[in-house]
This record gives sequence, C-alpha cells and structure tokens, in this order.
Amino acid sequence: MSTRRKSGWGRRLVIAVPYLWLLVFFLAPFAIVVRISLSEVAIAMPPYLPVFDLSQGFEAFWQDLSALSFDNYAWLAGDPLYINSYLSSLWIAGVSTLLALLIGFPLAYGMARAPHSWRPILMMAVILPFWTSFLIRVYAWIGILKPEGLLTLFAQTIGILSPDDQLRILNTNTAVYIGIVYSYLPFMVLPLYAALERMDASLLEAAQDLGCPPLKAFWSITVPLAVPGIIAGCFLVFIPAVGEFVIPDLLGGSDTLMIGRTLWNEFFNNRDWPVSSAVAVLLLLVLIVPIVAFQHFQQRQQEAMR
Amino acid sequence: MAKTMGPVRRAFAPWDDPLAEPLIRFERISKRFGDFTAIDDVSLDIYEREFFALLGPSGCGKTTLMRMLAGFETPSEGRILLDGEDISAIPPHRRPVNMMFQSYALFPHMNVADNIAFGLKQDNLPKTDIAACVEEMLSLVKLEPFAKRKPDQLSGGQRQRVALARSLAKRPKVLLLDEPLGALDKKLREETQFELMDIQEKLGMTFLIVTHDQEEAMTVADRIAVMNEGTFEQIAPPSVIYEEPSSRYVAGFIGDINLLEGTLATSLDKAPTFASPDLPAPVTVEAEGLASGPVALAVRPEKLRIALDEPADDPAMAKVSGRVWDIAYMGDVSIFHVRLSDEVCEGQPKDDSVPIIRATIANTTRLVERPIAWDDKVWLSWDKSAGVVLTR
Ligand SMILES: Nc1ncnc2c1ncn2[C@@H]1O[C@H](COP(=O)(O)OP(=O)(O)OP(=O)(O)O)[C@@H](O)[C@H]1O
Ligand SMILES: [Mg+2]
Repeated sequence: MSTRRKSGWGRRLVIAVPYLWLLVFFLAPFAIVVRISLSEVAIAMPPYLPVFDLSQGFEAFWQDLSALSFDNYAWLAGDPLYINSYLSSLWIAGVSTLLALLIGFPLAYGMARAPHSWRPILMMAVILPFWTSFLIRVYAWIGILKPEGLLTLFAQTIGILSPDDQLRILNTNTAVYIGIVYSYLPFMVLPLYAALERMDASLLEAAQDLGCPPLKAFWSITVPLAVPGIIAGCFLVFIPAVGEFVIPDLLGGSDTLMIGRTLWNEFFNNRDWPVSSAVAVLLLLVLIVPIVAFQHFQQRQQEAMR
Repeated sequence: MAKTMGPVRRAFAPWDDPLAEPLIRFERISKRFGDFTAIDDVSLDIYEREFFALLGPSGCGKTTLMRMLAGFETPSEGRILLDGEDISAIPPHRRPVNMMFQSYALFPHMNVADNIAFGLKQDNLPKTDIAACVEEMLSLVKLEPFAKRKPDQLSGGQRQRVALARSLAKRPKVLLLDEPLGALDKKLREETQFELMDIQEKLGMTFLIVTHDQEEAMTVADRIAVMNEGTFEQIAPPSVIYEEPSSRYVAGFIGDINLLEGTLATSLDKAPTFASPDLPAPVTVEAEGLASGPVALAVRPEKLRIALDEPADDPAMAKVSGRVWDIAYMGDVSIFHVRLSDEVCEGQPKDDSVPIIRATIANTTRLVERPIAWDDKVWLSWDKSAGVVLTR
C-alpha cells in the first residue's frame, strides 16, 4: 500500500517538474513582463511606475487594477514603426525559411543517400558549428561580408570583381538573410534528414518500375513523404528567426527593421520598459499562432506513427 | 491444374522447339556484390506467354535475378535480351517489365486506389479508363471496400494484394512476381493462383514468379527453375522436375522423397542393378546411358506399395522388407515409416544407422481397423521405373 502511494507521489513529482520549470522560468517572468507592459514610464529605478504592488495592501491593488492602462498597446498600434517591424520580421523570417529549405533539402537528401558509414560524419559536420558560440559565428560573417572582407577579396582574386570594386553586402537585408540561413540551417537539415532517411528506397524503384521517370518520382514520392520533415524544419527556423536580434543588429543595415531590434532600441536606447514589454508580449502573441500550429502538427504526426 | 487440361496448354512447349525465339534471354549472367557471387554464370530462356517459376531456398538469388531484369541491378557479366535486344541501356522506367516487390513497396501516402492507379497515370491515360481499370483490379484482388484506405491501415495479406494489383494494372508484357501470394491464407492463395493463370492466359502476358511454395510452383508454372546458390540445378516442366529430378538437390527440394545411397552396376547383358548397404539385396533399376559408379536411388513415397506378405518375384519390380516404425495419419493419406531391418522396432534408438523409408498410402476407405500396425513386418515394393537414379 505504502509503496504504491510513494510511487504515485514519485510519478506526480516527475510530471510536476516540467510544469514547475515552466512556471518559474517562463510563466513568472512573462507575468512580470506583462505587468511592466501595463505600466507607464517614469524617471526612476526601475524606470516605470509600479503596478500591482502588494506591499500597499489589497485596497491599493484593486485601485491599480481598475486604473490599468493599455496605453502602451494602443501606442504600438498607432505607430507604423512597430507594425512595420512586425511585418518586416515576418517577411525576413519567411524568406530566410524558404532559402533554408531550398539549401537544406539537397543537403539532407545527399546525407540520407550517402553510404551508411558516412552518415555519422556528415551528421557531425551539420552539428559542429554549435560548438562555437553563436555570437562569434555571426561576428565572423562581418569579417566575410564587409566591403574589404574575405568575400570581396575572393571575388577579386577569381576576377569576377574588379580590384577597385567592393561588395556591399554587410549592413543590408541580404546579409541578414545570409546570417539567418547560416545560423538556422541545421534546424532545417536535421528534421529533413530524419524524414528522408526513414524513406524506403524501394519506393522509388517501385515508382520507376511503374513507368515514372526519376525526376517525377522525386516529386510524387520523395517530396510528399518528406513533408513532415519540411514542416518541422520550417517551424524550427521560422519561429526563432522572427524574434532574432543579434543577426539583424550585427549584419543588418540601419533600414533593417526587425522586431527584436526595435525592442532592443526601445529598451536600452529609449529606456521605455513598458513599451518594450508590450512589444515583447505582442511578439509572443504573434508567434503563438505558428507555435500552436507546430504543436498540433507534431501531435498528429505522433498519432499517425502509432 | 485446370490449364494442363486445356488442349492449347498441352501443346505449349516452345522450349522444345529449336526455332522458337525466346522473349527473355539471360546470357551467361553473373552478379557479384563485392566479393560475394549472388548469381553465378547462368543462362535462361523464357518464352512469350510462359508462366515461369523460380524455386529455391532463401538467399539463392531469385530476387537478384528479377531485379536485373527490371533494371535495378546491372549484371556484373553477361547480358539480358528482351525480344532479341540487349536491354542494359534501357532505364527501369522504360522497360516493358513490371515487378511486384517482395517487400510490396506500397506508397504510404497514397490510398489503395491511388497506388493501383499510379502506373496507369504515368501513361497519361484518360481518367475514365484509369478508374475503370482500378475498379477491375480492386475486384480481382477482392479489395473493393478498401479502396480509400492507406496501406498502413491494411493487413499484411491485403497489402500483398494491393501490390499484386498495382503490378498487374499496367498489363506489362513481362510481369515479375516476387513471392506474390506468400502472405495469403490457403484458400485465397489458391483462388488467386487460378486468377493469375487466367489473367496470364487471357492477356497473353509472360510471368516470372518467385515462390517458396513448391505446390504453388507446380500448380501455376509451365516450367520451373530450381535454384541453388546462384545457379540453376534444373529447368524443366513441373512433371519432369517431380518425376525426373536431375540431382539429389532437386529431388530433395521438391516434394517428399526417399534417397538411398549406393552403387550402380551396369553390364551389357543384364539389367542394371542398384546395390546399397541399406538394402538386403540389389534391386533392378532403370538407368539408361549411365555408367557404373556411386549413385543415389530416389523413390517417391507415393510410388511405393506396402504389404504384409512378400510379393511374388517380378523382374519389373523391386522389393525390400522392414518393420513399421511409425504411421502418420494425414487424413487423405497415411505415411508409413518403415525401418529397413527385421529387428523389432520397440526399444531401438532413432538414428541414421538403419534407413527409414516413407511410403504414402491413400486412405481409400474409412479405416477403422488398420490392417498394418506398428512393428509389423512389411514388404515395400515399387515398379523399377519409379526409382530414379541420380548421379549428381
Ligand atoms: N545489394 C546487395 N548487396 C550485397 N549482397 C546482396 C545484395 N542484394 C542481395 N545480396 C545477397 O545476394 C544473395 C541473393 O539475394 P536475393 O535477394 O536474390 O535472394 P532470394 O533468393 O530472393 O532470397 P529470398 O527467398 O529470401 O527472398 C543473398 O545472399 C543476399 O545477401
Ligand atoms: Mg527474394
């Protein structure tokens, strides 16, 4: 009897741990951010008017609640800078995802078709960049893309660029695309590889046997069977890319609008914590749609596997 | 066995006709994977409208042979001719050959109907024709209620039938069936066998079928090739394979058979005799054109007669005595295991020191009381033409 109760508690604890984790490290900070977003700027430390301050008793708390201001959200809606930042973020993330897919698919396909003994090595090659700090890798791209950088040098050496010309890629959206695609490519390749590797090679033989030329067989057999990998990869690239800050900040130009950057400016340059908190909350809401869609998809996928 | 009764079928033996041109010709084909030889210098002619069966143990190279014909493996040596033309340069999707894969290889993202329609769609046939053909195939394999199911929602036997329907749908000139009926129950398997024979005859297709089921091979095939480790042991019509196996291997592979090792003695003036330490006396055999030497005598169990009394001496008959070791009642037949020794079986160890011969006797009457019981001394006799002398 007692052992069963114990194991019951053990199980509950095991289930509780991830929820506790979420509560402490996600929900609580998020609640704080939401709280700040409902406040107003003040010249103080921290730089906003306190809300929900329980130290002054419940009375004050209720007063606060009735006096809550959604001004910050109204402000976001009113200023095209924010809307444009959101839209531009979605656009840049979308284009980058597409590029990552176009580059990642052949990579993953090649890996899945490589001899068995090579595959662990190829897998390592895909994961290897993670061993270096993300920040350092993005910095390295500055050295490559800057006007007098390695890429210019290379282009001049092989003669497609005259010695007096320089490539103007750094500080443009192109550099941001390059940075995002480079940084998030492994997240595209790995799920694609998993999907393609699982595919039975005899399916393509069967298709050819039935009169289907190889290229057509690729489109009617390989691609549909890779769809789970394609969807997973796209979500895994798109979701973090929307909120990306480091890449647009280091590689993007002054006109590169991305919401992560806007948030940073609001927070550190304008010291407007309430507005930047509101931006963060909205960003999360924007991302919740694809995240929930992804979860839903994953669940269906798992059910189908059973 | 229906087709052997047809007058057309009886005359069908193009392999005996020196002028007949084969549809498929394997010309000294070898296939090596690394240093492993899967197919070892084989030649084979298959004729138009023939139903040809490959029979052999697992791993002997049956699938490999088919895959070379379908175009998924290239022969290491030799060439394959289709209608007299070398097909090595033709890619698989342009060969007029369809294959049913041993692993089925059904497209998991398509339902049953789409799987069957896949090959037809490649030919850009009108939609209505495709639909009609799919219907026909579905009813042929009795899967109409499952047309909209995905392969993973089907049982193993149903999947196998989808694979069969898919390969049949295009009505190719040559159809390769790699164990097409293995997962079906006996009744459905027999029905499908006859359907296959029917289709093959009606459409004039050429079938190359792999099977592990020798009964199936006997039923459907015009000719059977018995394979062993990448080579052909014997290529012949079922009755020849059964009645005149060319080697111990073939004899042992098809059906049940009694094999006695011994020596053949031939002389000009006397009928050839077979002597064996297992037999009390030499028996006369038919051994035309064979020289004296070590051989095996093979006798099918159903060709033996069993009696309590010694049969009268007859130059056309061979006989041997022993005691009944075991009787297996199989319903239609009983199998008598006779130990070739006059010792009482009771208490004897079961080992190979004394040979045991099996005789199959049809249970023509309802046996309430068996005339022959355990440990009875019995005489086995057979027509000397029933014994086959094997030199290989
Ligand atoms: N791609 C390959 N690489 C290496 N060896 C192979 C390959 N394909 C087949 N073999 C080997 O060739 C031999 C013949 O294989 P095959 O598949 O033709 O056998 P099979 O007669 O069809 O057997 P089964 O009745 O079990 O299907 C086997 O020993 C197999 O291991
Ligand atoms: Mg096989």
